[in-house]
Amino acid sequence: MLASILASGLAAGAIYALVGVTYNTMFSTSRVMSFTAGQLAMLGGVFGSLFTLKLGMPLIAGFALTLMLCAIIGVITEYVAVRPVLKSLDQHLYVLSTLAVALMIQQVTAIKWGTEPQPFPKLIGWGSGVWDEKFWLPVVACAVTILALEYLYRRTLVGRAFLAIAEDNFAARALGLPERNLRIISYALAGVIGGVAGFSGGELLLAFFANGALLNFYGFVPVALGGLGNNRGAIIGGLALGLFQQAANFLVGGIFSSVAVFTLFIVVLLMAPQGLFGASTARRV
Amino acid sequence: MTAVATDPPRDDIRAAQAAWPHLLPFAAVLAAALVLPWIGNDYWALIGTRMAIYWVLVSGLNLVVGFAGHLAIGYVALLALGAYTTSVLVAGNVLPALPVFVALPVAACVGALFGVIVGLPALRLRTFYFAMSTLGFATIVTQIALAWQSVTGGGIGISGPEFPAPFNTAWGFYALCIAIAAFTTWISANVGRSRFGRALIALRDAEVAAEATGISKPRALIAIFLLAGALAAVAGGLFASLQTYITPDAFTFDLSVLFFIAILIGGRGSILGPMLGTIILTILPEFAAPLAAWSTFLYAVLLLLIVLVMPGGIAALMDVRNRRPLASNRAILPRAAALAGIMRGRAGGRALRLRGIALSFGNVRAIDGLDLDVAPGQIHGLIGPNGSGKTTTLNVISGYYAAKGGTMILGDEALAPGEPVRRAASGIARTFQTPRVIGEASVLENVMIGGSIDGTASFVEALLALPRNRNDERRIAAKARALLAVVGLEALAEVRADRLQHSELRFIEIARALMLDPDFLLLDEPAAGLSNDEIARLAELIKAIGARGIGVLLVEHHADLIFEICDYVTVLNLGRTLAAGTPAEIRIHKEVVSAYLGG
Repeated sequence: MLASILASGLAAGAIYALVGVTYNTMFSTSRVMSFTAGQLAMLGGVFGSLFTLKLGMPLIAGFALTLMLCAIIGVITEYVAVRPVLKSLDQHLYVLSTLAVALMIQQVTAIKWGTEPQPFPKLIGWGSGVWDEKFWLPVVACAVTILALEYLYRRTLVGRAFLAIAEDNFAARALGLPERNLRIISYALAGVIGGVAGFSGGELLLAFFANGALLNFYGFVPVALGGLGNNRGAIIGGLALGLFQQAANFLVGGIFSSVAVFTLFIVVLLMAPQGLFGASTARRV
Repeated sequence: MTAVATDPPRDDIRAAQAAWPHLLPFAAVLAAALVLPWIGNDYWALIGTRMAIYWVLVSGLNLVVGFAGHLAIGYVALLALGAYTTSVLVAGNVLPALPVFVALPVAACVGALFGVIVGLPALRLRTFYFAMSTLGFATIVTQIALAWQSVTGGGIGISGPEFPAPFNTAWGFYALCIAIAAFTTWISANVGRSRFGRALIALRDAEVAAEATGISKPRALIAIFLLAGALAAVAGGLFASLQTYITPDAFTFDLSVLFFIAILIGGRGSILGPMLGTIILTILPEFAAPLAAWSTFLYAVLLLLIVLVMPGGIAALMDVRNRRPLASNRAILPRAAALAGIMRGRAGGRALRLRGIALSFGNVRAIDGLDLDVAPGQIHGLIGPNGSGKTTTLNVISGYYAAKGGTMILGDEALAPGEPVRRAASGIARTFQTPRVIGEASVLENVMIGGSIDGTASFVEALLALPRNRNDERRIAAKARALLAVVGLEALAEVRADRLQHSELRFIEIARALMLDPDFLLLDEPAAGLSNDEIARLAELIKAIGARGIGVLLVEHHADLIFEICDYVTVLNLGRTLAAGTPAEIRIHKEVVSAYLGG
C-alpha cells in the first residue's frame, strides 16, 4: 500500500505543483492570481486526447500543438482579463475577470468536448503497476519543467528580466524593461506549463472538463502553503499535498481525503496567512 | 447633545419622506409578486418560486459579496448543504424523522456553522483566498454528496421535503417562498443600513480607517457569515422541496455563478440592484430556451462585461441623484463654535505619555528611544524632515505598529502595543496622511462610521430593526450631521464621497474622528493639499478642538500652521527628539533651523 500511496501521491502532487507553478508564473509579472491556471491544465488533457486519440496525430505533433494552443489561451487571458484591470489592482477585479474567462473555457469545453471523462492515450508504454507511466510521467514532467525554469531564470536574459519584474515592477520599468511584452510572454509560458501539467497527467486524470475547477483548487493549495510567487514552495507544497491526499485516500477513504485537504488548507491559512515560505506583508498605513 | 437633538416626530416624518423613493421599487417588486398568481399559470409559479428561493440565498450572500467585498464564488455548496440537511432530517434516514418546519431551522444552524468555517480565511486574507476556499468547499460538498450514499443516496439522490397544507400546492408554496423572501429582504436591508452594514463597507474600502474607529473585522464578518450561511441553507431546504428530488447534479457550479453574478450586476452595497439581478438572471434562460446550454457562458460574458465596462452595476445606473453636478465654487466653512454643543467638555483629563519608544524596520531605526508627552487640551506639533519618524510615531500610538521597546501610558493605563482596533475605545482617534474614506458611501455615512463603537444594539437587534437599533441610528446620524456642520460640509451630506475634492475629504476625516468624542486626536498632515484659506479655517477648527479639552497631536509640514496654533512643538530627526519646547523657542532653535526650517 505504501508503494501505491507514494506512486499516486507523487503523481498527483506533481500535477498540483505544476498548476501551482502556472499560477506563480502569471503572478510574478502581473501580481494577478488567475482562475485560468486549472483550466489550462484541464485543456492540456483535453487537447492531448483530442489530437492524439481522436484525430490520431503523432505524439510529438499532438504534444506541440497542445502546448501551442495553451500558450495562445494564456496570451488571450492576458489581453482580455488581465491587462484591462491592472490599473486598479487593489480592487481585485482580476478575480472576477479571470473567473469569467475560466468559466468560458470550461463551458465551451463542456459543450464541445462533452461532460463525460474521456480516455487519454498511452504515451510511451514503459512500466506497470506502481511504475506505470501514468504515475511517473507527471513527476518527470514536473522535474523537467523545474530544471527548464531554473535554466531560464538563471541563465537567460529573458528569465532575468522576469525576475526583475517580479522583484520590483516599477524599478524594472524604469530600467527600460519591456514590461508589457514580458507579461505576455509569461502568460504564454504559464499556458505551456499548464499544458504540460494536463498532458502529462492526462492518463491519471483523463480528459475531463471538470478537472479545471478541481485543479484550480488543488493547484492553489500549494501556492497558498508555499507563499504567492514562490515556486520552490509550490513544488514542495504540491508534492506534500499529493502525498497527504493520497495517504488520506487510502487510509480513511475518498470522501475524507478531500475534507482533510480542505481542513489543512483552512488551518494553514489561519496559522500562516502568508504561506509557510512566504514573505511578510507590506506596509499598510 | 442638546444642540443636536431636533424634534423626534418631525425627524421621523422627514426620514419617512426621504425613504419613500428607496422603498418604491421594493413595493413594486412585491406588488408584481402578489399579482402573479392571478395572471400566471403553474409554470410561472415555478419560475416565481425559484426566483424567490434564489433571492433568499442572494440576500444573505449580498452582504458578504456586495457589502463586505469578499468574493464568495462557491455558495452553491451551502445551498446543497441546506437542501441535503433538510431532506435527510425530514426523510428520517439518519435520525428520527422531523417535521419540515423543524428541519428547516436546524438546516439554518448547520448552514450558519459552515458559513463561518468557509469564511475563516477571509478573516485574515482577502479576495482570491476566500474565493478559493468557497470554491474548494463547493468541490468537496459535491464529492461528499456523491460518496456518502447511506445518507445522501449518492448519485441516485433523495426526495426533498414536502411541506404540509396549505403550502403543498404550487401557489401555496410560492406564497411561502415569497413571504420568506420578503422577510430576508427586510432583514438584509436592516443590516445593510445599520452600523453593522456600514462597518462591512468600511472594512471593504478603508480597512485601516475602520480599525481606527474600533471596528473589529472578525466580529463583523463572522456575524455576516452566520447570517449568509443560514439564509443559504434555508434557501437550500426550499430548493429541495421545489425540486421534489435532489441529486448532486442539481447543485452545479453554474448556480453559484448565477448567485454571484446577480450581485455584481446589481452593484456593490445595494439591496435593490442584486434583487433585480437575481430576477433578471432567473428569467433570462426562460426567454431564450435554445441558449439554455450556454447560459453559464452568457453569465461569464456578462461578468466580464460588467467588470470591464460597468463596475457599478444596476445600482450605479439607478443612482440618479449622484449624477447631478455639484456646485464647483463651494467652500468649506467650518463653524467651530458649534463644537461646544456636541463634544463634552473636559476638565483635567488624561495625559498621553510615551517613554523610550523604539522601532526598527530591518536595520533602519525609525524611532530610536522617543519620549513624548501630550497633555489634555494641548495642541502638540510634531515636525521634522521626511523620514524622521513622525507618521511612524502616530502609527505606534494608534497601534498599527507595535513598538519593540518603551511604554505608552494613557492616564494611568498602559496602552497595549499593536491592536489598533482597541484605540477607539481608549479614546484615541486619528486621521490619515492620505484620506481614507469610503468612496462609494455618502459623506454622512462616512462620518457615521466614526460612531461605530457608539452603538448599543446587538446584531440581532439590528437585524430586526428593534427600537434600540433605531435609537442608535438616529443618535449617530444626528451627531454626524452636527459634526458635518462643524467642519462645514453639511450641504454635501448625501453626496458620494468619491465625488468630493481632496480638501473636503480631509475635513470628513476630522469629522469622523470627532464622532468618537476622543480624548486625543492624532492628525497626520491635515493641511497637505489645502489652500491658504482652508488652512486658516483648519487652524480655527483645531484650536476649537483643543479648547474642548482634547489633546491634539499634529504632524505637519506647514511650519506657519504649527507655529500659529501649537502650544508645544517636538522636532524629530532620525527617530529622535531634536528639540522640544514652545513655538517661540523652536523657531529660534539653532539645530532645528539648520536641519529643518532652513534660514
